[in-house]
Amino acid sequence: MAKLDLKVNGRSHTVDVDPATPLLYVLRNDLGLQGPRFGCGLGQCGACTVIINGNATRSCILPVSNATAEITTLEGLAVNGKLHPLQQAWLDEQVPQCGFCQNGQIMTAKVLLDKNPRPTRAQVVDAMNQTLCRCMTYYRVQTAIERAARVMAGGAA
Amino acid sequence: MNQVEEILTTHRRGFLKSAGMLLVGYAAFDAKAQTPGPYRDPDFHQLDSWIVIHEDNSATFYVGKTDLGQGTGTGFRQLMSDELDIAFDRTTCIMGSTDNTVDQGGSGGSTAMERESPVMRRVAAEARRTLLEMGAARLGVPVDQVAVNDAVITAKADATKRVTYGQLVAGKKFNVTLTGANIGAVTGQAKIKAVQDLKYTGQPLLRDDLAGKVDGTTKWAVDVKPAGMVHARNVKPPFACAKLTGIDESSVNKLPGFIKVLSKGNYVAVVCEREEQAIRAARALKTTWEKPATAPFPTSENLFNYLRTATPTSTSRPITNGDADAAFASAATKLEAEYQIPFQGHTAFAGAHATADPSNGQMTVYTNDMKSYGMRRGVATFLGLPLDRVRVVWMQGPQGYGRTAADDAGCEAAWIAQQINRPVRMQWMREEETAWDTKGPAFLVKMRAGLDASGKLVAYDYNARSCDYGHVGYNEPDTVLIAQLMGIRPARPGAGSTATPNDMYSIPNRKVGGDVVSLPNPWETPLRLGNLRDPNGPQSTFAAESFLDEIAAASKTDPLELRLQLLGADKTDDNGFRRARSIAVLKAAADAYGWDTRPSPKPRATGNILTGRGIAYTFRGLTMVAVITEVEVNRQTGHVYTKRLVCAHDCGLVVNPLSLRRTIECGSLYGLSRALHEEVKFDTEKVTSLDWFSHPSLRHADTPERIDIVLVNGDPNPARPDLPAYGGGEAMLKPLMAAIGNAIYDATGVRIRRVPFRDDRVLAALKAAGV
Repeated sequence: MAKLDLKVNGRSHTVDVDPATPLLYVLRNDLGLQGPRFGCGLGQCGACTVIINGNATRSCILPVSNATAEITTLEGLAVNGKLHPLQQAWLDEQVPQCGFCQNGQIMTAKVLLDKNPRPTRAQVVDAMNQTLCRCMTYYRVQTAIERAARVMAGGAA
Repeated sequence: MNQVEEILTTHRRGFLKSAGMLLVGYAAFDAKAQTPGPYRDPDFHQLDSWIVIHEDNSATFYVGKTDLGQGTGTGFRQLMSDELDIAFDRTTCIMGSTDNTVDQGGSGGSTAMERESPVMRRVAAEARRTLLEMGAARLGVPVDQVAVNDAVITAKADATKRVTYGQLVAGKKFNVTLTGANIGAVTGQAKIKAVQDLKYTGQPLLRDDLAGKVDGTTKWAVDVKPAGMVHARNVKPPFACAKLTGIDESSVNKLPGFIKVLSKGNYVAVVCEREEQAIRAARALKTTWEKPATAPFPTSENLFNYLRTATPTSTSRPITNGDADAAFASAATKLEAEYQIPFQGHTAFAGAHATADPSNGQMTVYTNDMKSYGMRRGVATFLGLPLDRVRVVWMQGPQGYGRTAADDAGCEAAWIAQQINRPVRMQWMREEETAWDTKGPAFLVKMRAGLDASGKLVAYDYNARSCDYGHVGYNEPDTVLIAQLMGIRPARPGAGSTATPNDMYSIPNRKVGGDVVSLPNPWETPLRLGNLRDPNGPQSTFAAESFLDEIAAASKTDPLELRLQLLGADKTDDNGFRRARSIAVLKAAADAYGWDTRPSPKPRATGNILTGRGIAYTFRGLTMVAVITEVEVNRQTGHVYTKRLVCAHDCGLVVNPLSLRRTIECGSLYGLSRALHEEVKFDTEKVTSLDWFSHPSLRHADTPERIDIVLVNGDPNPARPDLPAYGGGEAMLKPLMAAIGNAIYDATGVRIRRVPFRDDRVLAALKAAGV
């Protein structure tokens, strides 16, 4: 066990855990941040995605001791109670079925739009292709990303 | 309201809730030990078991179903708000918690709306009737002299005389007794409204559970954390039918957080204080196992040879009309083909999981099990507890496609919690879930057809072999995996089932039937059979609707045209007007696609990308569906991309067209995933498909450029009465394998009779045909 400092969604935390512990379990079990979820533990599905240094990061395979930069989780996307445009687009398009994977879809899409505010459909597919959904909401996820991109560019939904 | 109800209500309240409310609810939920029970079944003859009116003039509906992500909870609220005459926004819905909701069986078979919507409408109508009587008495006017709008009752003659539902009930109970011999028949005196008088039903209202799913506030079954909870992981046998011969506890008992190794028979689990500790200890535990004397199954490569020669465990009596054998013998053109569908896994998005709390001499299981009532009975029997000391709280979970009808983690968590007398969370790992989850049965289908000299279909013979023996039930205490591994056996394995095609074709000589066959050993094996989303429909529809295209090609008839001819050959119809509605969905799909009439295959194009279109139709119960796909086949790589997908769908009364469209869209893509990707691979002792690479699933890149959903709801004959709601959960995925196979044939002229249409299989077929 070791004392480690984490900065998550603008707040500082100190945790006392084995440094090899995957970040996912520390977020969920020690910090009560349950937006990221366990899907595979292998970095294959994306359910555990958080944003670190502007990159979509699979927290199920990242040792907590390597998470030295600020971490953003799904809970940290809304600002002053106002949903991020992606989250709003998700509701407007009624994207989720079960919803379990949608943390990964939304967080991966956030990184995509941060880097490329007006992606083509092909760029959306390419950026999202390693993020799985077993309910097969893919078509609606892609539609919602394009809606959010329009809104963020100041256009109509 | 107890604390479990509080959290269930709070996080279903969706857009109404505030973060502050949720925090309070969740904190209470976390901290308190469970109340000791007993947990008696809610009395279905009491109106109070179904509907509670609160003082603030809101209502809570109690529905004994579970919502697997298709929005049935919102749908029940729409129907019940209409019958109760209350604003939709003033209602909430609690689902599938055994001590709070009547046992309506949880979910399954796409029957939530079909079977239960009449029940929920009747109880809500009875509550309205009761409230109107109470209101009339309060206002001092006859009951026929009051009106109600959004839970406010007024005197017709004097609108200033008013009273709300909340004022009338004021925290008290209805104490109204309902009648009906069983839960499905329960009713009051009130009549339900005519469909045209329903205000919310039929509207595209937003689902109430989605806000929390996109902002991270929904509390899922994986999020439950009773005070003092510890973590468990299973240690699975390394191969099927293995016998445990030794456990070396010293391999783990010095690890941090170690609590206990638990074992009985061939079941082994490890418990640690923290989650990552349990994962590490389960991986580190040294165990030794003895292999079975004979191989428990053939390899996946040899499966269909095995199925072809295995002795059936049961044979269904064929459904016949005319004399198919004689007609085939004398036919001018004879067609014969064999279709093959492998085992396909449920491969839930996350592994089985449950949290069990044994405090105060009771057992509460928090689970995403879709049949929470079945799990309650299974857990009680398995643990030897009285039923009223066990309750199962259903919460949201990852898509499992029926895996949670036979969920294993609930009994495991409960058994471990009982052994260590602490709350414990069980979670299956990815490779464990993909290998050891329940499987949809493999099918081998032999098809024969005969055409007369004019090309008319005169003989049809469908014979399926379904590898479904040992099909497990719903958390039965003697078939759930922990029980199997502990050596518990039922009197006999589940008989399993086969399936015949669902179509309304008129063929003069027809014979359809099937056999069930068994693997060599049905117990303690990862090739366990369970209800996969539409258990047998995709398999039978793949064979039947692909072969119908073979018949169309042999007679040089357009595939849509042949279907319409066979449907139109007889004018009689059944109670569900299935013949007329079959024709309607086929025509609607063809219109939406822009179908041009011509036989398949089309003349082969030059270039690397060959395009084609394919159609398939079927029904499930009384829900009719027709699908058209357009594919691009890459002749260099064998890759199949589905560029367009059209689904025309008729499930009768539409409760919520928005959530229905999403359900059809996603369900169709699930059918596409099974057509293109999904197959369980195994050697003679273990499953070798273990993760998302070795058991692939659909991805973003497979998504069609365009999807058209056409709701053809209702009888095409306007002179006939409104249809009730039928099931919308599964029908849409049945035709996808056939629609894709037919489109590949249209594009390439090559008929592939084995799914999934993975690149290597398609490429080999194209090369073999010289394409």
